[in-house]
Amino acid sequence: MKKLINSPDEVLTDALVGVAAAHPSLTVNPSDRYIARAGGPTPGKVGLVSGGGSGHEPLHGGFVGYGMLDAACPGEVFTSPVPDQILAATRAVDSGAGVLHIVKNYTGDVLNFQMAADLAADDGVRVEGVVVNDDVAVENSTWTAGRRGTGATVFVEKIAGAAAEFGADLGTTAALGQEVNDRSRSFGVALTPCTVPASGKPGFQLGEDEVELGVGIHGEPGRARGRLTSAREIVGVALDAIHADMPLSGDVLVMVNGLGGTPLIELYVVYAAVAEWLAGHGVWITRNLVGNYVTSLEMAGCTITVCRLTPQLTQLWDAPVVTPALRWGR
Amino acid sequence: MDASMFRAWIHEAARSVTENADHLTRLDSAVGDADHGINMRRGLQAAVVMLDETNPSTPGAVLAAVGRALISKTGGASGPLYGTGFRQAARTLGDEPDVSAAQLGAGLAAALTGIQRIGAALEGDKTMIDALSPAVTAYQAVIDTGGDLANATRAASDAAVRGLKQTADMQARKGRASYLGARTIGHEDPGAASTVLILSALATVCSAGERRAEGHQ
Repeated sequence: MKKLINSPDEVLTDALVGVAAAHPSLTVNPSDRYIARAGGPTPGKVGLVSGGGSGHEPLHGGFVGYGMLDAACPGEVFTSPVPDQILAATRAVDSGAGVLHIVKNYTGDVLNFQMAADLAADDGVRVEGVVVNDDVAVENSTWTAGRRGTGATVFVEKIAGAAAEFGADLGTTAALGQEVNDRSRSFGVALTPCTVPASGKPGFQLGEDEVELGVGIHGEPGRARGRLTSAREIVGVALDAIHADMPLSGDVLVMVNGLGGTPLIELYVVYAAVAEWLAGHGVWITRNLVGNYVTSLEMAGCTITVCRLTPQLTQLWDAPVVTPALRWGR
Repeated sequence: MDASMFRAWIHEAARSVTENADHLTRLDSAVGDADHGINMRRGLQAAVVMLDETNPSTPGAVLAAVGRALISKTGGASGPLYGTGFRQAARTLGDEPDVSAAQLGAGLAAALTGIQRIGAALEGDKTMIDALSPAVTAYQAVIDTGGDLANATRAASDAAVRGLKQTADMQARKGRASYLGARTIGHEDPGAASTVLILSALATVCSAGERRAEGHQ
């Protein structure tokens, strides 16, 4: 394992110190382990809290700020946060208008957020939740824990965050988050595994010419191992899978997201293939993101996320946002 | 079985999980995300620290403190699942200062019910339930036929081991392993493996307790 760390057990602690030092707009609570907007809750505004295992940066801490999240709860690397820190963050951002939990659909995340929501309700904080499950690689059946939450989390956080900033109430903000999730689908591809610092070994093995098709953002296997072919062919597999699950048409928001170890030039090669495929199917990309937004440590590969936009969702996507990892319009 | 024996159990469980953390993590890299050993070690070590700091005086209070520590420090799905199990067992034991073998059986059964309630796993889903459920049944069978604590905890531990071995033939339907589908067949479930460690720690402590008692006679 070659990593720029001081100690495998102190990675999260040290990184949070760095986040606090780099971003004066954020406040980091080191004991309760959450990142929040400096200056406390915005009066009258619904608070947005997300969180999950670390190792996906900039998700979620990089999306705390005006127009997006109020707080993020980072767990240990690839391990969900614990109820204590989610509860502390929920209390800290509640202005009285209630708090929306945005949770990626993993058993641990869902259990820990649910426990925190129950405890917050005991304290009189109104909490609603949106569970993001956009990954088409996993069958949503009684035989699995259900679809994983991946790239659409960024869309849900941005659009629900904009709605809350405009003064939407808790129910409306939650419904918009749910709508974004329901209109979004993702598919991931890994070229190399990644190594959790505390474990020191790669989470899985891939041959020199192999790819994992439908990989999860923790390196969980997907649908199949395949041979590494061209970017165009791999994009075809991904978009065929998405299109088969949710027929694509009209205006879409597309994210080509790097998993941490893929250079931007390759992400643009992928984006070109995505644009070509969608244009060939009469689908129009009206908004896009290309870059590293939901990473998986140093894994090479990418995820492709497509959201079928409505005029309202487009307007909320365009609304001002000021966070470390996403900023425009203000 | 008094509070000191319950504390000894958790100390032994933490020691055993720490010793086997790499093994649990190896199992978890085959079917999950390679953190189960790390998380369980962190959770149980936190439980030991909490017991040392608060020194609870009844078995129920010991298990309640362990449950709180596991929920607060473990992370992942294991924290809420094991934490809820210990807390439900604590509730069943109440304020009793010295727990009988039958009462411990009721506590184990309550832990199983609590874990199944929040995790919604059934036997055969390839989870910790596949070790815990047969263990609870085996424990009760020994008690029902007049067996003592040492025999019952040993039977529970042995049944958990058999349950763990059977998970190798199962396809995961819960948790992160479920994404692998048929590819999980051939691998033992890490949650069932940590359950075996915790229950065999209980058997170890209860056998040692019995040997000590015999020595006094």
